[in-house]
Amino acid sequence: MEIKFLLNKKPVSLEAEPSMPLIDLLRSLGMKSVKCGCENTVCGLCTVLLDEVPVLSCSVPAARADGHSVMTLEGLKAEAEEFVGFIADQGADQCGFCNPGYVMNTIALLRENPDPTDEEIREYLAGNLCRCSGYEGQVRGIRNYLNAKKEGRL
Amino acid sequence: MNEEKRSVGAAVRKVDSMQLLTGQPVYVDDLPEPHGCLVVKLLRSPHANAMIEEIDASAAMQIPGVVAVFTYKDVPAERYTEAGQTYPETSPHDRLILDRHLRHVGDPVALIAAENEDAAEAALDAVKVKYTVLPAVLDFHTAMDNETLVHPEDDWHALCPFTGGDPKRNICASGVEGEGDVEKVLSECDIVLEHPFHIKAVNQVPMETFRTMCDFDSNGRLHITSSTQIVFHVRRIVAHALGIPKTSIVVEKPRIGGGFGAKQTAVSEVYPAFVSWMTKRPSKLVFTRKESLEAGSPRHEMELTVRLGAMRDGTIRAIDMNVLSNAGAYGEHSWAIAGLTAHKSIPLYTSGLEAFGFKFNVVYTNRQSSGAYRGFGATQGMFAVESTVNELADKLGMDPLEIRLKNSVKEGAMMPAYYHETATSCNLDGCLEKCAEQFGWKEKFPVRVMPDGKIRAAGMAMTMQGSCISGIDVGSATVRLDDGGSYCLMIGAADMGTGCDTILSQILSDCMECPLENITISGANTDRSPYDSGSYASSTTFVTGKAVTMAAEELIEKMKALASKILGIPAEQLVFEKNAVYTQDHTKCITAAELADASMNGNEIPMEVTRSHTNPTSPPPFMAGMVEIELDPETGSVKILNYNAVVDCGTVINPALARIQAEGGIVQGIGMALTEDINYDAKGNLSENSLMKYRIPTRLETGRLHVDFAPSYEAMGPFGAKSIGEIVINTPAPALAHAIYRATGKWFRSLPITPERIVMEKGD
Ligand code: FES
Ligand code: FES
Repeated sequence: MEIKFLLNKKPVSLEAEPSMPLIDLLRSLGMKSVKCGCENTVCGLCTVLLDEVPVLSCSVPAARADGHSVMTLEGLKAEAEEFVGFIADQGADQCGFCNPGYVMNTIALLRENPDPTDEEIREYLAGNLCRCSGYEGQVRGIRNYLNAKKEGRL
Repeated sequence: MNEEKRSVGAAVRKVDSMQLLTGQPVYVDDLPEPHGCLVVKLLRSPHANAMIEEIDASAAMQIPGVVAVFTYKDVPAERYTEAGQTYPETSPHDRLILDRHLRHVGDPVALIAAENEDAAEAALDAVKVKYTVLPAVLDFHTAMDNETLVHPEDDWHALCPFTGGDPKRNICASGVEGEGDVEKVLSECDIVLEHPFHIKAVNQVPMETFRTMCDFDSNGRLHITSSTQIVFHVRRIVAHALGIPKTSIVVEKPRIGGGFGAKQTAVSEVYPAFVSWMTKRPSKLVFTRKESLEAGSPRHEMELTVRLGAMRDGTIRAIDMNVLSNAGAYGEHSWAIAGLTAHKSIPLYTSGLEAFGFKFNVVYTNRQSSGAYRGFGATQGMFAVESTVNELADKLGMDPLEIRLKNSVKEGAMMPAYYHETATSCNLDGCLEKCAEQFGWKEKFPVRVMPDGKIRAAGMAMTMQGSCISGIDVGSATVRLDDGGSYCLMIGAADMGTGCDTILSQILSDCMECPLENITISGANTDRSPYDSGSYASSTTFVTGKAVTMAAEELIEKMKALASKILGIPAEQLVFEKNAVYTQDHTKCITAAELADASMNGNEIPMEVTRSHTNPTSPPPFMAGMVEIELDPETGSVKILNYNAVVDCGTVINPALARIQAEGGIVQGIGMALTEDINYDAKGNLSENSLMKYRIPTRLETGRLHVDFAPSYEAMGPFGAKSIGEIVINTPAPALAHAIYRATGKWFRSLPITPERIVMEKGD
């Protein structure tokens, strides 16, 4: 089928199998930030925003994007750069393979709830697996960013 | 130099952090694909032990887009090993690229190359295979002298005869060691504890699965880009497997999405390399998660029987360990890993130890091949020994902290069970004491029943690891003075997310007394990098880091020599400070930038140095870990409240990265202890073959982690540093088993300890 959608705010239209997973479509369009860790909705590495809502692109058929807007980290670099340096300060980027997924989800969290508690951060990001960092450094980084913002240190 | 300006000891960001955090295309599967890149897929065995009677690829070859189907008839007949180890490998040469004899579910049957995914998928279904299914050896207890042989072939061979393999008995490797008369000392002890412990073949689960892309360089050489920890070993392994000259191969790694030892075995490289070599076309193989779980390189399943003898006052006098290890179908790393079970656990109790014994057998079974996983046998050994010591404390009514302080290895002690090496730097007691204080051991050790009926309890463990393979691992660094007074650092070690590119840059920046921004680092490539064994055995900071300091020192001498020519002052009268050469009275100065300019202008002193380093010993890092849990006796659920750890990794080069290593390792260890299960059905199929079933910890299951350091100073390491990469995974299993015992009165000596087991079982 022909799929027309907004990819990072730019109109795209192409022929694709409707059942093709969205992740494959996005990666074929050069959106290499979108990673696959499990293929079946467990790891959160493939998180993208579909009409502003985080979805797991490994389990969303490409057809679902038709007529909608999809954002990947490629289109949200500036918003990510506001806070990811704080995660880097913790050394929590590690291998980095899981980073795009939870950075996308963190963007969604902060849009929904600009001042989350640590527990709320953990809850919201619970579906984002990471095998390297032990998770706590990611939370410390986000916490430090929120504190810096509150204290006007950004 | 100015203390605040030092890089070593500073929590600087990783050099690649912003690339990673903003999702830049830096991994194998993100890189631009060469034109006409073939998709490679493996048809895998559905049987645990079978012979291919007939294989017919003609229908598959008819599918449009299918370019080639290779079977055992097409591959070289020379056996090899995929283990990333220094040659001659201690792992037997026991595999072919494709074999008529299939030895586990998932063993490759045929290799498919197609123009696209769909054609490759279709070909998987179209290859017709007739199997003769053979009885399989699935339980490793029954493997030795079983009439079914996993490797009946006559061309199995071991390059190192001392590894004690005998495939006609299903023995992959074996060994016996010891010192003193264990039986005699045990007979004199007031108390002897003896139990078997069981650890399953847990998976590393790097978030990036195995993957390799092959291409040809401008000279027609096979160019392998792979997610690997061991570029130089991969070059040799592929050359052996394909039977082609090593000069015709170049291997490099881009960023790696986690390794943890999984990628110290060449799990994926050989297949696309063979396809490209045969078709003369680029190709790429990306393992699915299922393939990575079913045919990867997980931890060795082991049964370890520990006999520990002690006196009533808590003095531990003898430890004997008998290990049965499960290699699976092929023997990668099997001998080396079995050895570490004892070498890294028994020496912890060197103080009053009069004798130790150690015996191991590694057997072949019809399961996937095991390999290296962070901790490398030490993890298994530690679970057994530390659990036994916790039980000893309990039986003697002693505080487990006291019993450890009484028996722990002290700085300066010679450790008979650790290759007779001396603990040249050791602050294990400091780790224990600091950890106990920060954790609140006195308050938390007593079992507390909460008003809702849940039980709070605590457990502990201590551990050690190595900092390299003594006298074998080679680390090298090339340092070049570059235009503008910066330095290019070339290494063959592999940053797999751990941050070694950053750590080594920090070390060089301190040697040259220049800002970190002046260092550029170029990662592992077999053409460009100086030789390095690779990133494993916790060796990169310790061995390659030392090579960096040595190369820097020598480069400084060369820079002085050039400055001496320019200034007309003997080099001996010059000093190097703050990235410049000065006269002793500081009246004249030539900066590194000026020397760089001069070096490119009528100069014949090379401004580049390569140094290689190996260390005769492997100074252990030490660590203490303590956990507080809340256990629900109704459901058996275990909630981790706090996990404290204190590490002696020598000088901490980068506190942020060291802390993350510790936190990440602890969480992996928690997974192994509580949730990560491995079960095979009667036909040899792995049940936990997706991340839905193989449950690694989420961020809701880790509790609060508190990591600190109690550094000693290791004179042989760069700036006093030892290792940290592996040790961090070792304490959770014994500490959690201890806490669960405290809460329930049941010792669990096999892992994982699931809620069902806590409720239903009596303990092991
Ligand atoms: S790849 Fe989509 S959730 Fe794991
Ligand atoms: S950083 Fe490696 S998986 Fe999260």
